[in-house]
Amino acid sequence: MAKTKARVKAPKSAKKGEAFQIKTLISHKMETGQRKDKKGNKIPRDIINKFVCTYNGKEVFSADWHPAVSANPYLAFYVKAEESGSLEMTWTDDAGKAVKKTAKVTVS
Amino acid sequence: MKKAYLGAMAFGAAALIAASFASTAHADHNSPLLGKMEVDDRRSGYTYMEPETKAIQDDDFENPAMIWVEDGEQIWSSVDGNAGKSCKSCHNEAFESMKGVAAGYPKYDPKLKKLKSLEQQINICRTERMQAKPWKWESNELLATTIFVRHQSRGMPVNVSIDDEAAPFFAKGKEFYYERRGQLDMACKHCHEDNPGNMARANRLTQGQINGFPTYRLKWQKVGSVHRRFRGCNKNIRAQPLKYGADEYVNLELYVAWRGRGLPVETPAVRN
Amino acid sequence: MTIKTLETRQVSRRGLFSLFGAGTLAAMGIGIAGPAFADAKGVDAAIAKITGGKAAGSGKITMDVPQIAENGSTVPITVSVDSPMTDASHVKTLHVWADGNPSPEVASFHFTPMSGKAYVSTRIRLAKTQNVVTLAEMSDGSFAMGKAEVKVTIGGCGG
Repeated sequence: MAKTKARVKAPKSAKKGEAFQIKTLISHKMETGQRKDKKGNKIPRDIINKFVCTYNGKEVFSADWHPAVSANPYLAFYVKAEESGSLEMTWTDDAGKAVKKTAKVTVS
Repeated sequence: MKKAYLGAMAFGAAALIAASFASTAHADHNSPLLGKMEVDDRRSGYTYMEPETKAIQDDDFENPAMIWVEDGEQIWSSVDGNAGKSCKSCHNEAFESMKGVAAGYPKYDPKLKKLKSLEQQINICRTERMQAKPWKWESNELLATTIFVRHQSRGMPVNVSIDDEAAPFFAKGKEFYYERRGQLDMACKHCHEDNPGNMARANRLTQGQINGFPTYRLKWQKVGSVHRRFRGCNKNIRAQPLKYGADEYVNLELYVAWRGRGLPVETPAVRN
Repeated sequence: MTIKTLETRQVSRRGLFSLFGAGTLAAMGIGIAGPAFADAKGVDAAIAKITGGKAAGSGKITMDVPQIAENGSTVPITVSVDSPMTDASHVKTLHVWADGNPSPEVASFHFTPMSGKAYVSTRIRLAKTQNVVTLAEMSDGSFAMGKAEVKVTIGGCGG
């Protein structure tokens, strides 16, 4: 990937108090730092090491990733529906670069 | 008399066993997404995968290769080259114009007087119609565009032409398939015709069908083309891999595609 | 798949070398000249550091892992912890280790009462047949553990 690309799957609406599932996928090599290039030099580690999900600005779920997380990381988790608003996902890599993706949910 | 009875009993027993095997063998060969994954005795590689791998292919969100399909979609409507065109300029909406295309590739090109693969046709469009630079074979751009175009035929049966002008090239591809090569002195057939379902060291062998390419291979941790796979197979039997786009590989591609005739185009598939 | 508690096999480095060649290990992203493969003791130590030696109960964590991994590069796992996930009683953190990888840490997941369920589904890298070990830290200071073996075959002819 020339660009790191993220996708999010979340329901557009949910009932208050109900736990709904969010699925995420991001394209990334997750270079472990263990591989060697053709010359025998170690290819430096380059992974996404943090994932955060906020719900109307409040952090509700997060993950710390190590090189043992597969390339093109897939992650599914749950969030409890409280109020309508936006869910923001942020993936941050070793260099501190962040990719964000937002999903809106209507809670009744 | 006794011998004949024994023979008949054995035959009957064998038939029973074969029948029960056949019914269980087909039980989980269907994909919830694409339906039947086998035609007669031709089986998609899907049917040899672990359930977890199949589940990834059957879900368009969870299938990482779909990201390349999305990229291809973006590329489709992006202008590139000095002619100021995009794929869309000539072909309009891909889901209409590209439907069925993948099912018929590789095909004979009267100008080139030989077969061409879909990757080659994309580069022909780029160089001749768009006045753009051709993409390298395994570049993300060419992979994404090839996947996107082939994806428009997903579910349609593979239906390549092996007659008329394609016939001599089909014959060459078939010859390659059965020809021994490399230090291990093996032909494609030794794994894919004689031993599908068996283990080659730690890999389960399949029939070597290509109806799902470009495919997301767990081993590659990304999508890859048929020619990448051919090169890998050649390397594994310690044969010199040919160049991407080599005539021999395109001929082989036609023969192998024909071996999977009737199987649904699965692009993008998920394999080991 | 349910939790399985199994003895961890100690495989010597020489044994590993004879099992699979450098090429396949390198392709897996696992270096050979680098750190030695971890073993169960490393994970036990990591767990003890978190629990302070406190016992971790079993039975609360459900792990869904493949019996045989199609490929060690991408092993789907789903882990859920039995918890009401209320303010008073919820899972704070779920740690995942792979006790046979060069580095055993895989990931840590942080939940809140807003999570609704203590559940994660993801894909991890396993260098060889080993146990995936999980530890849940609860809001009341208690701990729960889970362990499941995944068979990983290495050294195919897969091109």
